[in-house]
Amino acid sequence: MTPFDLAGLLTFWSRRWDDILELMVEHLVVVLISLAIAMVIGVVVGMLTWNKPIPAAIVIAAAGVALTIPSLALLALLIRPFGLGWTSTVIALTFYSLLPIVRNTIVGLREVPPSVLESAMGMGMGPIKRMMSIQLPIAWPIILTGVRVAAQLTIGIAAIAAYVAGPGLGTLIFNGLSSLGSKNALNFALTGTLGVIILALLVDAAFVQITRLTTSRGLRA
Amino acid sequence: MPESTDTALTQIASRTDGARIVLDRVSKVYPGQDAPAVEEFSMVAEPGELIMFVGPSGCGKTTTMKMINRIIEPSSGSITIDGRDILSLDPSELRRHIGYVIQQIGLFPHMTIAENIAVVPKLLGWTKQRTADRVDELLQTVQLDPGTFAHRYPRQLSGGQQQRVGVARALAADPPVMLMDEPFGATDPITREKLQAEFLRLQESIGKTIIFVTHDFDEAIRLGDRIAVLSERSQIEQFDTPAAILAEPANDYVRSFIGQGAALKRLALIPVETAVLGAASAAVDHHRIATDDSLRDALDLLIVTGAPAIGVVDRSGTLVGSLTVERISTALGADATALAATRSDEGRLA
Ligand SMILES: Nc1ncnc2c1ncn2[C@@H]1O[C@H](COP(=O)(O)OP(=O)(O)OP(=O)(O)O)[C@@H](O)[C@H]1O
Ligand SMILES: [Mg+2]
Repeated sequence: MTPFDLAGLLTFWSRRWDDILELMVEHLVVVLISLAIAMVIGVVVGMLTWNKPIPAAIVIAAAGVALTIPSLALLALLIRPFGLGWTSTVIALTFYSLLPIVRNTIVGLREVPPSVLESAMGMGMGPIKRMMSIQLPIAWPIILTGVRVAAQLTIGIAAIAAYVAGPGLGTLIFNGLSSLGSKNALNFALTGTLGVIILALLVDAAFVQITRLTTSRGLRA
Repeated sequence: MPESTDTALTQIASRTDGARIVLDRVSKVYPGQDAPAVEEFSMVAEPGELIMFVGPSGCGKTTTMKMINRIIEPSSGSITIDGRDILSLDPSELRRHIGYVIQQIGLFPHMTIAENIAVVPKLLGWTKQRTADRVDELLQTVQLDPGTFAHRYPRQLSGGQQQRVGVARALAADPPVMLMDEPFGATDPITREKLQAEFLRLQESIGKTIIFVTHDFDEAIRLGDRIAVLSERSQIEQFDTPAAILAEPANDYVRSFIGQGAALKRLALIPVETAVLGAASAAVDHHRIATDDSLRDALDLLIVTGAPAIGVVDRSGTLVGSLTVERISTALGADATALAATRSDEGRLA
């Protein structure tokens, strides 16, 4: 293994910064697509089950078990039907995002006080109106927290997804790992890892802002 | 069918100064329970009447009331508002024309006070301007300055202020009927008394048909036009005016509900001006009571001052007579006699 060489790393970056940036964007995009899909599925499943104890318990348990499947194993399973590339990666990431999103949707909806629901009903709001203009907005900060956790989770897992030739910074890490001993192996791996960390920090900061901007001031403690 | 539903709702909605509510042998059996929570409940509430349901915890007050806006579906019996069978109407649309206030208030925490009050007008498709004007008007009605409170959130208000918003919100679309379930139950005694006084003044001007649930008998006496004293399964033990219930409780159950001090409670309902006053010259001290105060206040003043007689002044402050303990006692007796007379009249008419 070659010793760490800062100057080498900097040259590596200056020569490849556009590639690195592109991979970073890809990484972000694949995470965002997966989160968006998981959010739609997760929130809908949460809305359908939050007040039915048994289905809710089953959904949460199932999503919990799903999360324990090692990501490499899941990816390997997905290659057969979906091939190498984006599709398998998006499916895997969506899969892992479901637990925090479903769970937080259910928790958030359960936290809406019964008196609030009863007065909404007493004022003549139907079930859909109640869900859309009362329950979801009140549960929103908790749902978003779930999405934020899912984002952190999937940014890490997306790096591993490079194994199935998925997009993103994982490509750099796998490049490094597969060329151990070569001049740039360490630079590849290090850059990929740093990129993932920076992305995670940026996304988390973005979520703090999004939560602030989309949560009613009346709900802030 | 949709057309008749619409006309029925329009008709109910147009009776903004109160509609007649008729409950006819209404029962509710909760699933999985043998005994009904409400059994064969029949009652007529006249337009503009404020009817109090009093009774011990679990007797079925809330269940009875919530069947009127179909938060709870009756198991049997019929309910009409202004002659329209409400069980044949769309529940959500019906509820937009029935004000609803509950003890926990249930303001929407993510909406401002103005948005909370605007919920029903929005559901009814009012214009922005009309809604905004109405919100302002209502905030003033419940004594909250629109400039200060309209854009606050519920958590930034005290319990009493929140309860006022709850009442304003229920009144938003000027519904003919209001249902109130222990609306002041969670407030401290001083705030409660203030809210009650404001509410009485409000009802004088709006004159809705109101069903008001409480387990505080004194609140029932203070506010109600008529009181229904309920026992298990929402059985009506007595349904009459506060004065009549206090003067002639129908049975021991009602008597136990009134508790001690029935005479004092009755005095609180009788204004000073109904008593036969003594000569103004008898009021030797400077102690004064107004003609529209209650005899209870007068008695209170007599006891506190120890004076043999106190002066009575009219609105302009002119001394018009005097009151003694004896005269108050006579007035109480006369009140009972008058009551008995009207009741035997009613008996003859019936
Ligand atoms: N959703 C429900 N399911 C089953 N039983 C119920 C339900 N709601 C009320 N009950 C029962 O019906 C009876 C009447 O309840 P209700 O809430 O109408 O009483 P209440 O007079 O309003 O009492 P409180 O003064 O405590 O509010 C009680 O025995 C109660 O346990
Ligand atoms: Mg109750």
